[in-house]
Amino acid sequence: MAGLRSSSSEIDLDRPNIEEYLTTEIIGETPKKLHLKDLLDISPTLTEAAGAIVDDSFTRCFKSNPPEPWNWNIYLFPLWCLGVVIRYGILFPARVAILAAGWIAFFSAFFPVHFLLKGHNKWRRKIERKLVEMMCSVFVASWTGVIKYHGPRPSIRPQQVFVANHTSMIDFIILEQMTAFAVIMQKHPGWVGFIQKTILESVGCIWFNRTEAKDREVVSRKLREHTEGVDNNPLLIFPEGTCVNNHYTVMFKKGAFELGCAVCPVAIKYNKIFVDAFWNSKKQSFTMHLAQLMASWAVVCDVWYLEPQYIRPGETPIEFAERVRDMISVRAGLKKVPWDGYLKYFRPSPKLTERKQQIFAESVLQRLEEK
Amino acid sequence: MGNTSSMLTQYDIEEVQEHCNHVFSQQEIVSLYHRFCQLDRNSSGFISGDEFLSVPEFAVNPLSQRLLRMLDGLNFKEFVAFLSAFSPRTSLQHKIEFIFKVYDFDSNGKVTFDDILNVLRDLTGSFMSEQQRQKVLARVLEEAGYTKDSSLVLSDFMKILGNSDLKMEVEVPID
Repeated sequence: MAGLRSSSSEIDLDRPNIEEYLTTEIIGETPKKLHLKDLLDISPTLTEAAGAIVDDSFTRCFKSNPPEPWNWNIYLFPLWCLGVVIRYGILFPARVAILAAGWIAFFSAFFPVHFLLKGHNKWRRKIERKLVEMMCSVFVASWTGVIKYHGPRPSIRPQQVFVANHTSMIDFIILEQMTAFAVIMQKHPGWVGFIQKTILESVGCIWFNRTEAKDREVVSRKLREHTEGVDNNPLLIFPEGTCVNNHYTVMFKKGAFELGCAVCPVAIKYNKIFVDAFWNSKKQSFTMHLAQLMASWAVVCDVWYLEPQYIRPGETPIEFAERVRDMISVRAGLKKVPWDGYLKYFRPSPKLTERKQQIFAESVLQRLEEK
Repeated sequence: MGNTSSMLTQYDIEEVQEHCNHVFSQQEIVSLYHRFCQLDRNSSGFISGDEFLSVPEFAVNPLSQRLLRMLDGLNFKEFVAFLSAFSPRTSLQHKIEFIFKVYDFDSNGKVTFDDILNVLRDLTGSFMSEQQRQKVLARVLEEAGYTKDSSLVLSDFMKILGNSDLKMEVEVPID
């Protein structure tokens, strides 16, 4: 993992009231006179540090629990072996073949349409949309996706964005097979990057780069422009900014919530019965992740399209984001943690440490006045 | 136990228990081992400063840098011994000894006025001036019968903190 750098100021703004979640020192309920033992007793601070070393709510969000082995007796084991043979020997090659056939069909339709219908944009868009939806369905079929959609299907109209919790890049594929969304994505290397540049351009894509500080304003502008366009595909945003293990949600970035349009929440919950769909990008490449999905029996998940939300008068974008996060977490049965997903890549702001220092210093000074 | 396998044998667990004076149960040691492996991302056998600082709750702690010096290069056995100060089964003396070690930066068995000032600076940052800190410290030291030039040893700490209700306990989650 590359060295973490200290966070840029923009990340500070996305974190309200985090002090409420971190324990604060209490040197007695009523201020008492200050003694040497009170200054020397650093046990509250040490206890917080040790508590964080032993277990912390941030690392828990990205923990992929290994599956429990169930093949531990004399008749289950051969059954499991048979399962392995079928999955790797029969299902996997068949799925690779389906996927390959799908790609060939897709490309042989996509590129001609893309170049030949250059002048007829409306038609070209319609066909490209359908092709992308078809390609995503092929993908979903290639891992035998059993996906239940609940709620009204998204409709294509301006002034709306869709937000969803994020577990893996396949979230995008699962939602895309139902509706051709435009998406905002981190730039990726490799074959994924190639697909981003060519195909996803057609449905509308906005790039960002986590590591670029100035990027944020540019991206905000692009988001706003997109939602105002009449013909654009509805925009899908994953406000967590990173993949989380589908048991927790981390804080939502407010970018999607300050566009002044309707926010339609989408909750996604995977059933781990056959495979854990969490993509731990530090442990596996996306290719390996897909291969793992294709070698398991099925990917089971539920998708809920929830009621569109509007910002309430007097509500800040951050409060709006938290309210929507609440809705999604409750619907999908996820626990909320008060951490910014970007803490995977950046260090926490020194302001949080300063707040603790301030609390301690003020209580010392206050107690000094007491007789 | 210096190998990279993530399986602890019964011998390993017992050895670690010995080293921490049996304040952790075997289940807690297994739990701590999983946590150690989770934090030690590059499987180097010890947790680097960067790996500790990747835990946001630890990174925001005012004493994190000081504790990192104590945690630097510890293998799993020593890591458990370090955390043993926070077990509910540890004696008060052991906890006070741990606090003493945090203050005694140069590990010479003596805590001076400057040592205490350094910790106070970590805890208060820019919210108290240097003069205020010196004034407060000098006042409470005098009141307790010491002077600015006194060096405190472990027995002094035991006397000062011995009858306070020190709460320094952390629960090890057992999955």
